[in-house]
Amino acid sequence: MGIIVIFMVLIAAVAFWWLSRQRLTAKPWLEVGIIGDVGGRWPPTLPKAKIGLGVFLAVAGSLFALLVSAYSMRMAMVDWRTLPVPAVLWLNTILLILASVALQTAVAAGRRDDFGGVRSSLLVAYASSLAFLFGQVLAWGELVAAGYFAADNPANAFFYLITAIHGAHVLGGLVALIRTTARAFDGPETSPPRTIGELRLGVELCAIYWHFLLLVWLVLFSFLMHWANDLVSFCRAALT
Amino acid sequence: MVDVTHGVAVPVAEVGDVELYHPRSWVTKYVFSQDAKVIAIQYSLTALSIGLVALVLSWLMRMQLGFPGLLSFINADRYYQFVTMHGMIMVIYLLTALFLGGFGNYLIPLMLGARDMVFPYVNMLSYWIYLLAVLVLVAGFFVPGGPTGAGWTLYPPQAILANTPGQQWGIILMLVSLMLFIIGFTMGGLNYVVTVLQGRARGMTMMRMPLTVWGIFTATVMALLAFPALFVGSVMMLLDRVLGTSFFMPSIVLMGEQLKYGGGSPILFQHLFWFFGHPEVYIVALPAFGIVSDLISTHARKNIFGYRMMVWAIVAIGALSFVVWAHHMYVSGMNPGFGFFFATTTLIIAIPTAIKVYNWVLTLWRGDIHFTVPMLFALGFIVTFVNGGLTGLFLGNVVVDVPLSRTMFVVAHFHMVMGIAPIMVIFGAIYHWYPKLTGRMLDDTLGKLHFWVTFVGAYAIFFPMHYLGLLGVPRRYYEMGETAFVPPSAHTLNEFITIAALIVGAAQLAFVFNLFWSLRHGRPSGGNPWRATTLEWQTPETPPTHGNWGKELPVVYRWAYDYSVPGAAEDFLPQNQPPMPRTP
Repeated sequence: MGIIVIFMVLIAAVAFWWLSRQRLTAKPWLEVGIIGDVGGRWPPTLPKAKIGLGVFLAVAGSLFALLVSAYSMRMAMVDWRTLPVPAVLWLNTILLILASVALQTAVAAGRRDDFGGVRSSLLVAYASSLAFLFGQVLAWGELVAAGYFAADNPANAFFYLITAIHGAHVLGGLVALIRTTARAFDGPETSPPRTIGELRLGVELCAIYWHFLLLVWLVLFSFLMHWANDLVSFCRAALT
Repeated sequence: MVDVTHGVAVPVAEVGDVELYHPRSWVTKYVFSQDAKVIAIQYSLTALSIGLVALVLSWLMRMQLGFPGLLSFINADRYYQFVTMHGMIMVIYLLTALFLGGFGNYLIPLMLGARDMVFPYVNMLSYWIYLLAVLVLVAGFFVPGGPTGAGWTLYPPQAILANTPGQQWGIILMLVSLMLFIIGFTMGGLNYVVTVLQGRARGMTMMRMPLTVWGIFTATVMALLAFPALFVGSVMMLLDRVLGTSFFMPSIVLMGEQLKYGGGSPILFQHLFWFFGHPEVYIVALPAFGIVSDLISTHARKNIFGYRMMVWAIVAIGALSFVVWAHHMYVSGMNPGFGFFFATTTLIIAIPTAIKVYNWVLTLWRGDIHFTVPMLFALGFIVTFVNGGLTGLFLGNVVVDVPLSRTMFVVAHFHMVMGIAPIMVIFGAIYHWYPKLTGRMLDDTLGKLHFWVTFVGAYAIFFPMHYLGLLGVPRRYYEMGETAFVPPSAHTLNEFITIAALIVGAAQLAFVFNLFWSLRHGRPSGGNPWRATTLEWQTPETPPTHGNWGKELPVVYRWAYDYSVPGAAEDFLPQNQPPMPRTP
């Protein structure tokens, strides 16, 4: 459970940083009149959707941190048997990095009002994400063909579970990506500035979500490849 | 006082109207509504209805314990199914849903001066997924084998083994229902958090928010972070049950037969479950803390004592509650060193909690206490919560917990602290805010009858259970049979408890009657019957219409507790009342 505790400490650090800017030591009973929040203006300037996504990523982050916690806790037991990691996962990792980079390019293109660039980058991101999911299914097929079934032992079960939950999050992201892509193809060049602003925001939200998915995947991948084991056992040795 | 407006009159509502969803038909106005107030009422009615089911289940359990054999349809399997469903419904589908989905939806936008939640569509989905979760849960009663009887903690391996009742379908429906609940809650929770962060009216700083909103906000943040643990645990157990994986299932020989499972870790489930389960206690308690602070301040006509301390204590409790989970696992055979760590963190939580209790009592001190029904319930909360909190200090210590863990003492403790205490607040809050929802007061005489029977009755039920626990009467037992160490007096006490439980349960029917009767026949309340300061009482119309505030959003000039301010014309100053012009 060490990993989830570390994750919670990170969340707590963000929460306390934010709280520290909320004048928690004010004496509200002495202050009559209008006061704005310190460090922010009223009305708030950050888009609600961005804050909403941030909160959601904290929830999803907690989910993955718990999965990895459970995984590493089980790995630490003496009877742990590893399974071979299919080589296609390397290719998938590169595909996911590509999607993330493409979305970042789309964000930059949106800021320059280069809508052609936005459209092509979104399509690249979409294609490489689909290819990533296809690759994950290939990896599953390879393992099943080699006789590693989920019910056989905990290592197999964890592998399928972790990749499936991550894949489900990619799939959910693709729905948002399709809607943003449709908006980008809806002639933003001639739209009012408000619609363009919404498109920019949509692309930005997709990019943030994909960076998160990539980060999570890299952590999961390092655990699946057993690189993280050495780190964890090192930490455990250092603590005890 | 410091006047921070610098003498300039501030124009009301500098921003244009927020884009608001407008219902076009009866269905979108009352059924698939995106208005937080309607969603709040839908959440509350659903939660109270399923809560009544759980109440009946508790009657059946008590009948078995008090008068074994009297109701012939209760066998051991049914008894465990009643226990399981009663616990799960009360903790998750009633308390969590009502405090966050019900009160959260109604009070957050109104108390903060917003027109609605920030993502109304997602908010609507949240309710419908919650309703689906409730229906899937209830479906357990109608499938072959009935609902699961694994206990509300659903500990593996026994939860999915063949001899546990509800092993065929009940456990599957339970896990699916929990997963749906968590998905639905996450949608609602995003709304509550982002609305508090982004939707506050001009002048409503964090430190001017009523403590109700602080409590609900902090509890929602905790729930968003803690529920994923239950989600992960449920997914894994569902796979163990359906696909035969072994996340939690060790190799087991059952009735001389080797099962297909092997290599799973039951203790892993306990960690995941309690990583959710302990914060869950405070997810229920923090909104109750917040609401009770507002009730006491309003009905004692006095500002809340130590507002800042109250806020800090809420935040501190929220943070600490994530590092105490293993105190539920002292008897799981874990490393005693961990036990020491978790006992320490558990006992440290007593400090911010005690600060809150002192502040409630000091708010009452020399207050102009009105013994209205909401106030009676608030006082009842303080008593039952202190009672349950003190036995928590016993159980927080490893050496005391180990002998008591499997006895009725634990049942008494957690019912006192997270059953009766939060329910007291829920009742108080319903009596307090019902006039805003309907424009009519709940009947006072029925309300006082409801309070006294519930309060005295709850003590009659749960106080004797402490003695049963100290005698060593085990919990989770379907019947005692011929047990040498349980004296006959314990059986008499059990009969007494059962009779009290039946009476308290019946009193709740008077409450339900009151809810419906007052809708038509209650005394008209006007907009602000309690003469309260917070924004929800200052709406132009009661009940508030769609959009809450008419043309212009309110502007907040003061904190939420300006009661009995010296020199003021009235004994309360609403939050949106501008400062008086300074006399030269």
